[in-house]
Amino acid sequence: MKVKRNELLVSLAAGLAMGACASAAQAEDLTVGIVVTLSGPPAALGQQIVDGFNLALEQKQGMLGGSKVNLVIQDDELKPEVARQKAEELVQRDKADIVVGTVFSNMLQAIFKPVVGSDTFLISPNAGPSTFAGENCSPYFFATSYQNDQNAEVSGMIANEEGFKNTFLMVPNYQAGRDNVAGFKKTFTGTVTDEVFTPLGHKDFSPELAQLATSGSDALFTFMPGGMGVALVKQFAAAGQKDKIKFLSVFTTDETTLPALKDDAIGFLAAGNWAPDFKNEASEAFVTAFNEKYGYVPGGYAMQGYDTAMLIDSAVAKVGGDMSDKDAVRKALEAADFTSLRGDFKFNNNHYPVQSFYLLEIAKNDKDQYHTSIVREVVKDYADSFHQECKM
Amino acid sequence: MSFTLLLIQCLNGLQYGTMLFLIAAGLTLVFGVMGFINLAHGVLYMVGAYLAFAFLNLTGNFWIAALLAMVAALVFGLALEHFVFRHLYTRNHLDQVLATFGIIIFLNELAKVLFGAATLSIPVPALLDGSIPLTPELNYPVYRLAIIGVGLLVAALLYGIVSHTRVGMLVRAGATTPEMVNALGVNIERLFMIVFGVGAMLAGFAGVIAAPIFAIEPGMGDNILIVAFVVIIIGGIGSIRGAFVAALLVGLIDTLGRSLATEMTGFVFSPSMSNQIGPALASMLIYILMAAILIFRPQGLLPAKGTA
Amino acid sequence: MSARNAELLTAGVIFVLLLIAPPLLEALGLGYMTGLLMKAMLLAIAALSLDLIVGQGGMISLGHSAFVGLGAYSLAIGLESGIDNILALMVIALVVSGLFALVTGALALRTSGIYFLMITLAFGQMAYFTLTSLAGYGGDDGLTLWSLATLFGSKVVQNSGQLYFVILGVLLATWWLLHRITHARFGRVLRGARDNAERAEVMGFSVFRYRLTAYVIAGMIASIAGLLTAQQNEFVSPSLATWQHSGDLLVILVIGGIGSRNGTILGAFFIVIVQELLGAILPEWRLIYGPLLVLVVLFAKGGLNTLLTPGQGRRAA
Repeated sequence: MKVKRNELLVSLAAGLAMGACASAAQAEDLTVGIVVTLSGPPAALGQQIVDGFNLALEQKQGMLGGSKVNLVIQDDELKPEVARQKAEELVQRDKADIVVGTVFSNMLQAIFKPVVGSDTFLISPNAGPSTFAGENCSPYFFATSYQNDQNAEVSGMIANEEGFKNTFLMVPNYQAGRDNVAGFKKTFTGTVTDEVFTPLGHKDFSPELAQLATSGSDALFTFMPGGMGVALVKQFAAAGQKDKIKFLSVFTTDETTLPALKDDAIGFLAAGNWAPDFKNEASEAFVTAFNEKYGYVPGGYAMQGYDTAMLIDSAVAKVGGDMSDKDAVRKALEAADFTSLRGDFKFNNNHYPVQSFYLLEIAKNDKDQYHTSIVREVVKDYADSFHQECKM
Repeated sequence: MSFTLLLIQCLNGLQYGTMLFLIAAGLTLVFGVMGFINLAHGVLYMVGAYLAFAFLNLTGNFWIAALLAMVAALVFGLALEHFVFRHLYTRNHLDQVLATFGIIIFLNELAKVLFGAATLSIPVPALLDGSIPLTPELNYPVYRLAIIGVGLLVAALLYGIVSHTRVGMLVRAGATTPEMVNALGVNIERLFMIVFGVGAMLAGFAGVIAAPIFAIEPGMGDNILIVAFVVIIIGGIGSIRGAFVAALLVGLIDTLGRSLATEMTGFVFSPSMSNQIGPALASMLIYILMAAILIFRPQGLLPAKGTA
Repeated sequence: MSARNAELLTAGVIFVLLLIAPPLLEALGLGYMTGLLMKAMLLAIAALSLDLIVGQGGMISLGHSAFVGLGAYSLAIGLESGIDNILALMVIALVVSGLFALVTGALALRTSGIYFLMITLAFGQMAYFTLTSLAGYGGDDGLTLWSLATLFGSKVVQNSGQLYFVILGVLLATWWLLHRITHARFGRVLRGARDNAERAEVMGFSVFRYRLTAYVIAGMIASIAGLLTAQQNEFVSPSLATWQHSGDLLVILVIGGIGSRNGTILGAFFIVIVQELLGAILPEWRLIYGPLLVLVVLFAKGGLNTLLTPGQGRRAA
């Protein structure tokens, strides 16, 4: 797939160099632009989304909804100004019909106006900030993932159900971190022993772990995506706290970090909207095909990338490939008439999903691959708490 | 904050400080002796960590992998010196900054191409795995204690070499009056090569010992490089003793600051305010310290003049 | 033709090209590239201001992006507080950045050389961490600007087609201001102090006051670049104030040729276009970009400016 992407970009660059109109695609072709993070430490997250999307595209022989897909993949480099530039190019140069992005909320903030402002559909395969879920919701914006606060809210419910009395909260000091603390506290009924905010990107958690050990907590709730999570879990295990304190997290022990964590994370708890062992025919087929093609277990990011492609497939088929009637396309997207890997899938009035959330546990499969595993359903058809403010 | 917690935080600060020292030692010598600003020094830390990962996969033994990684880091450093840096010694600082910045960009990307973007890790060697109880509820990982020990050992060794050997004497002389050393007919190129190689090896070594506890990923050396620069400025450029004291100081201030800042600001501001201001203030502390040093004692705490 | 006339001629060509670029690109079907040009011009404004300190003053600062960040946040916070006239916002940005420059400059200029570089880095990091702690304005995530600045209610400074010419105007004004400063007595004293500070002191000039004035002017200009960047991006984030961004500005100066205004503008365009083209051809474009920077340093002494004015030294005024 990687080769394919290069060829595409080369031909694009060639078109550019000749001074020709770069959007050489035929009128009935469907141009989809993807803006995700593909460099720097969190690149694995963006790669999962791209892989998931590409797998769907491959299974559909390069067509979505009967239209041949002209796919343009862009790396936002985790820099807002780069993300914005890339999004502008997708809209203005490539005349994208649909932009898919991003991994991170702050990147979504940066590309939101240029995409949505030009009446182009924007579908987020991961980032789901509250910013666009309430009064600033948009007829052109959809999220196939979740609303950011939901996973933390569900974690609070899990902590209640598991009987955690004293929970220690630790997150990186940025907006998503603070959102997760707020979300957890919204549903958790026990005592919060301490809230610790670590610098974003920091890898040495020994001071915080010492604080945790002396805080008298029976559980830790955390949100540490990427390398931060790897460092935290390993240091947590090394400090010998695994037996004393329960580890509950979101976006910390997932399929992007588990290959590095291995046994250190076995038995840890997490909240999520899906896991690779989800009992569902489509999901099982997806996990097998994905594992075969890319050689690793798909995580939620890959699942959401795949679902995003399937959503587009269903909508384009519904309008018969005619992307010019925006209202019709919107209606088709809102219908979400596709088989999600999560089973039932529907959008709320604010275009964020209403879906079930699960308690996940870290496990190992028979091929010695580490993955999240569903323990039980925690909440069914859970809607986010901002949708009432959305006038749509 | 309880006494035991304070003790643990001091240990953590020492451990961070010794890691910083391993990186800052090479940086301060290269800068002190050659007047060369090497932004790519931090990237050698990353190279060390990746080499440890690669050799561990090959050999399956941490100790052999660590040894091989150090040798490879040394060779790598010497190759960089030979092909690129050698041509930059006579250039102005801006040229050096730009060229070494280019090296960082290249090596970060190369690491990603070769090893993938995802975070990697290696297990703590079995010999040092485990933790010792300090109090009933508090354990401290043996591996971290080992890092402190090794760091102190390297510091003592370096100090010995710099103050009691002929090469050390030249290094000291080079740090204070480079023209003089040159005038005396010493083979300055070879001296530079040795200093650079040792510096690269130490940074690589820091990467090797960091690999089992921190995440191995492209760009992991970028932030620690800036902190290492702060260390050598505070300690005094070219001074091993200064780098050692400053590294421990920075390690302690940063670690204690992070656990205390929120509590401290909590006395003045509301809890939600202090949760915002505290961490930001903690991140700033070492820069505030450096600015203060530069204003009131610009030569650093223990300048290279006189002894090492 | 004298060097000064050659410089004016080159600048004239550059600005005329920039003036006719948008309709030209539109005609070629490359309209999206005006966005790239705007980005390059904004970088050029910030880099030109940095050149006053680095090129004329001989002081390498690694904290210049702090002023860009301050300018951007002046716009964002001003807009959030209900001020939407771009001129009023510019005054706020100038005052904020001017004061910050005055205080940090007075302290930083007690040092020189590498120490100046490190102390400016320290102040830059302090500004950066302060911006990341502004939770009310998005913290690390940054802030989407739902409404933009206006010119007395007119949206002429919002539409990207017209904003292009506003930015071009500011670039021209910056070029002209720095050109005048360079050729005035102020510039000669700065360069004199750069080459020999003691002699300048002996001649009766307060080197410190000249340098501080240059530092403050540079900071204020950079804040306007930041403000316009925020207006163009419709978004602000602390990433504008990172030390890496300061590093990018220094890269532009070296590539363009230190002390050359035309070279600096070309350097900014070179960086933006090279990154764009390489990025389109190869996802791993940094494998080429990194060595390219090394090669420029090793083999292209004097930067792009030497292509413009052969025979000129790299310290051309």
